[in-house]
Amino acid sequence: MTFSAELEAKFTRLVKSYPAGRERAALIPMLLYAQDEVGSMTPELVEEVSRRLGITPLEVDEVISYYTMLRRKPAGKHHIQICTNISCMLLGGEELWEHACRKLDIGNKEVTADGQFSLEEVECLGACSWAPALQVNYDYHHNMTPEKLDQLIDSLRKTH
Amino acid sequence: MPYNEPSPLETRVLTRRFGLPNSASIDAYLATDGYAAFRKALGMRPEEIIEQVKISNLRGRGGAGFPAGLKWGFVPRSSPKPKYVVANADEGEPGTCKDRLLMEYDPHSLLEGMLIAGLAVGARAGYIYIRGEYRYIIEIMDRAIAEAGERGFLGKNILGSGFDFDAYTHTGAGSYECGEESALLESLEGKRGVPRIRPPFPAVVGAFGCPTVLNNVETFCAVPSIIRDGGAAFAALGTPKNGGTRLFCVSGHVNRPGVYELPMGFNLLRMINDVAGGVRGGKRLKAVMPGGSSCPVLRAEECDIAMDFDSLAKAKSMLGSGGVVVMDEDTCMVKAVMRIMKFYQHESCGWCIPCREGTLWLKKLLVRCHDGMGRRSDIDLIGELARNMLGRTFCPLGDAAAMPTISFVEKFREEFEAHLDGEPCPFEKSPAPVAV
Repeated sequence: MTFSAELEAKFTRLVKSYPAGRERAALIPMLLYAQDEVGSMTPELVEEVSRRLGITPLEVDEVISYYTMLRRKPAGKHHIQICTNISCMLLGGEELWEHACRKLDIGNKEVTADGQFSLEEVECLGACSWAPALQVNYDYHHNMTPEKLDQLIDSLRKTH
Repeated sequence: MPYNEPSPLETRVLTRRFGLPNSASIDAYLATDGYAAFRKALGMRPEEIIEQVKISNLRGRGGAGFPAGLKWGFVPRSSPKPKYVVANADEGEPGTCKDRLLMEYDPHSLLEGMLIAGLAVGARAGYIYIRGEYRYIIEIMDRAIAEAGERGFLGKNILGSGFDFDAYTHTGAGSYECGEESALLESLEGKRGVPRIRPPFPAVVGAFGCPTVLNNVETFCAVPSIIRDGGAAFAALGTPKNGGTRLFCVSGHVNRPGVYELPMGFNLLRMINDVAGGVRGGKRLKAVMPGGSSCPVLRAEECDIAMDFDSLAKAKSMLGSGGVVVMDEDTCMVKAVMRIMKFYQHESCGWCIPCREGTLWLKKLLVRCHDGMGRRSDIDLIGELARNMLGRTFCPLGDAAAMPTISFVEKFREEFEAHLDGEPCPFEKSPAPVAV
């Protein structure tokens, strides 16, 4: 399995960040950074990472199943993650979530037919004082409203 | 300020660089006394550094409030093993959004705090464990680390002192439990984030089986000012045994939600009314979770209280992580605790049965109550179930789920009763069922 030169450089740097003999520590960062490029935790990726770190594919799988950001299936090009936890809920996070589901006609962890959008109801994003908040991939959007969400989705649609 | 306007009532020690042009850059940092505390610490003996941190009455800002100087003192300097410094930047406690700002606007203060900790305990490497969602923060910290290396504040023989120290960022990948220190260490080592049995504590057996100083980001960020101005000056900002200032994240039903740096012991009502602009829409205050979702809720009449660890403990709540969640009179308390329990059930790592099963059953009971399908006996059952989780798990997540639940039932029993007998939620504008 081959990765971009940039990702390879990142892997090399990562593995050197930990004490000798403790290279396994690079596992979770490697998986998340690889997911950004590959899209999901494919069997090939699991195999490749396990080979590089000298652990079994099962050991990689048991880590993947624990962390919510590591996905077995690819998300949409624009992965919209809406927080409905307490601070966001108090200021309309649930209404925002329901609005997004209606607007995109998909549910939690589903992808639109064209592969452009996916939705996920997430736990606290660390944006409580600027609630309700959401992330599109890694970008934060604060103080959201259903109208702002409509505009955001429309602008993302145009950029494709 | 891209997030919220500062308040004139703030005491800006850790946030003093917020709003300066390019405040994350090393040039801006050096122009404002940056790394001066580290230079000073290079001329101090390790015991002297730890003594100043003890004098400062700095208590862990992650939530537990453990005295930082004491924690550092537990690291066996004489151990032949390497030692590590680990910053907990996993910020996941609902209601908390302060470490993100510290790293975004003042990443070098975190590095300087970690360097000073490294000097104090004899560590030569530090890891910053940052939650995966904070990708842009990781990029900011990586830039800061590179800059500090270029200017000779990281790497080999720093400033000709013979002291070596390297710092690294490490991304998480979505897990609240990894904010718990021993689960964080498991995750740092490339494993599932389940807690470790203690003792031994991380100070003795931490990262990679070696002695480790592990503190919250805000705790490390307080260290440069403590060393620069002396522990006593920091202590004097707060109340007895609660030194310094704290970043409070005010969220929910207030006019000016935001992150505000206030002295320890600042009055909660004053924080809500004068700092955060009061409750929105002229509504009355109903309840506050004073330190994140893991802290027992306070009724409005309990909110005339000093925000420090000891005053909150006396009121049977906690100062926690500084997340102040404000709820107005229209908030359904059954729904609030139901949503919180949904979170804990999702985040329970499953290692300890009382937490894994308890959070699931509590969620089911709370959903049932909120939907109007609860039985009168459920109200006591919720409290009993939660009490049976207390102290029966390896990490505090079980307690964190149980404690607020017990408080909601005790303090807002009438609201649980108002949901019985198939009645729709009295606070719901449209009685649409809530998806859980």
